[in-house]
Amino acid sequence: MTTDGNTKTGGMISGSMLAIDAKDMHYKELNKIIRESILSGVKNILLENVNGQYYIGDGIKGDDITITVNGVPGNDLGVFMDGPSIIVNNNVQDNIGNTMNAGKITVNGDAGDVIGYGMRGGRIYIRGNAGYRIGIHMKGYNEQIPVIIIGGKVGSFFGEYMAGGVMVLLSLDNSEESVGEYFGVGMHGGAIYMKQKIDFSKYSKEVEFLEANDSDMSFLKKYLSEYAKDFNLSSEDLIKGPFYKIIPSSARPYAHLYTSAAF
Amino acid sequence: MLRLKNNFSIEHDIAGCGLCGIINIKKIRTNGEDIKKAIALEHDRGNGLGGGFAVYGCYPEYSELYAFHVMYDDIAAKEAAEEYFKNNFIIEKQESIPIFKTSKINDHPILHRYFMKPKSDREDRLFNELKDDDFVVKSVMLINSDYDGAYVFSSGKNMGAFKGVGYPEDIADFYMLDNVEGYMWTAHNRFPTNTPGWWGGAHPFTLLDWSIVHNGEISSYGINKRYLEMFKYNLALKTDTEVIAYILDLLIRKHGLPVEMAMNVLAAPFYQTIDKMEPEQKELYTALRQIYGSALLNGPFAIIFGYPDGMVALNDRIKLRPLVAGTKGDFTYIASEESSIREICSSPDVVWSPKAGEPIIIKTVKTDAKTAINTENISQKQRLIIS
Repeated sequence: MTTDGNTKTGGMISGSMLAIDAKDMHYKELNKIIRESILSGVKNILLENVNGQYYIGDGIKGDDITITVNGVPGNDLGVFMDGPSIIVNNNVQDNIGNTMNAGKITVNGDAGDVIGYGMRGGRIYIRGNAGYRIGIHMKGYNEQIPVIIIGGKVGSFFGEYMAGGVMVLLSLDNSEESVGEYFGVGMHGGAIYMKQKIDFSKYSKEVEFLEANDSDMSFLKKYLSEYAKDFNLSSEDLIKGPFYKIIPSSARPYAHLYTSAAF
Repeated sequence: MLRLKNNFSIEHDIAGCGLCGIINIKKIRTNGEDIKKAIALEHDRGNGLGGGFAVYGCYPEYSELYAFHVMYDDIAAKEAAEEYFKNNFIIEKQESIPIFKTSKINDHPILHRYFMKPKSDREDRLFNELKDDDFVVKSVMLINSDYDGAYVFSSGKNMGAFKGVGYPEDIADFYMLDNVEGYMWTAHNRFPTNTPGWWGGAHPFTLLDWSIVHNGEISSYGINKRYLEMFKYNLALKTDTEVIAYILDLLIRKHGLPVEMAMNVLAAPFYQTIDKMEPEQKELYTALRQIYGSALLNGPFAIIFGYPDGMVALNDRIKLRPLVAGTKGDFTYIASEESSIREICSSPDVVWSPKAGEPIIIKTVKTDAKTAINTENISQKQRLIIS
């Protein structure tokens, strides 16, 4: 490792590529090396033997930065990230992409709970299943549209209090229902797309369940093609409809709780 | 050192914490190295104010005797409690709990253990006919609330709790758990936020053979406490986790509920879920909620419950705390973080998370059983591994 002359890390640098052996390394040290490397011009970082280190890639900037993670990273991966890409070749734990602003997190396995909390831009692509509270409090503004795509199924509270952005649930390997309880509860912005047709009457009464139209599909196509490419799936199969769309029926579902006026 | 008989003016504690559990379903015993490694990975989930372990199968030579682990503030406290033990128990063996004085744990109470059984002619027989288990529970409650500076932190058979103030990996070194063997281990890394970290407040909490490690906060502590007091449980430790151990003792041992059903009392299905059940199930779950409403745990929690025949992982009903499970051959691992499992088992056969309020129950099997692992619970998996 050249940034601080610490040979213990087993780092190797060649051109703008840096490989770090993260085995038994504390997250503080690992993240310090990552941040310093980016400052010194490194564009590609390969992390080997990661296991449980928190906060990887938090708050980093730069559209041309890529971090590849081999191993299971710890909680809070890519939090507040603004531009870079993180590719994880295993499962991820909880709280990844919290308040992320731009960039992309690609997960080749499954994800834990609370993914993309309050996310305000960028993409999170998960090949497998994800846990509880995915995309809660997600938000969007004009061109700033955060997107989460999940290949498998999710736990309860999917899109709870969602205020903007887009989530796509592909249910690729599941015949059973791929959502849990409290789906879209309190949702007041953004859209959720699903490939599976579900009986929505037992879920949130604050949203509407529609079939996706052409303009929805042309929006989705861009993202689904990228998802297919990232995970080596057939883009054609992925895009093939029908897709169903869940949108809030009101932008202020709780207005009556806080104001005297009836909206 | 904080005194054991805590007189803190607090109701209960709130904690962020780390949990781990390992079970070998064929009861093959392993030493404490793996559990120490697994919980050490979750070092940053705690703050050094509490660490502990429960181990099952550690005293095979005394398996018919109650193994009391007791903490004392001073010699006077020890003498007073021992007077009670001598009057009421046949003490087959007693000794200091072996410890290694590490620089990380430099301030500790007197730690002593006793292998014993209640006397058949003990004085309380004049007034009642308590069974041995009941008498042990009564004795634990009595010492913990009325004997100043003495605290029984383990009272089961062929199992033991080892805990104190410190990070769990340091507590493991302190008790030299690499010399201790068991077929099931649980571990806890504490981050107390509302109460001081003191030796008695570390997890696991145990009573007889039951042990609990817990991450979260029991918001229903007050209701649970008052309910338990009606059954003569004495809540002396002022930490919320204590109620879980006693509720399970009440439900499983006293009321004879199967473990699965007891878990359905702690994390009862919501009425809206019960409404959708088949009539027979509906009747059962409605009855459970009506009878045991005061034993329901509210608030965010993840727990690992240990008992001689198995290990249970349970989340609160809306999953506000992390829990992950993994299996490899005859071993099942439970942890707050997947990386903790992978630290000691790099390529598990399967990794999954329990659903909210639905227990993962891993039971031991006979040594010659053909099935390697009880997979019936894995059908509820949330996550499927890629390795």
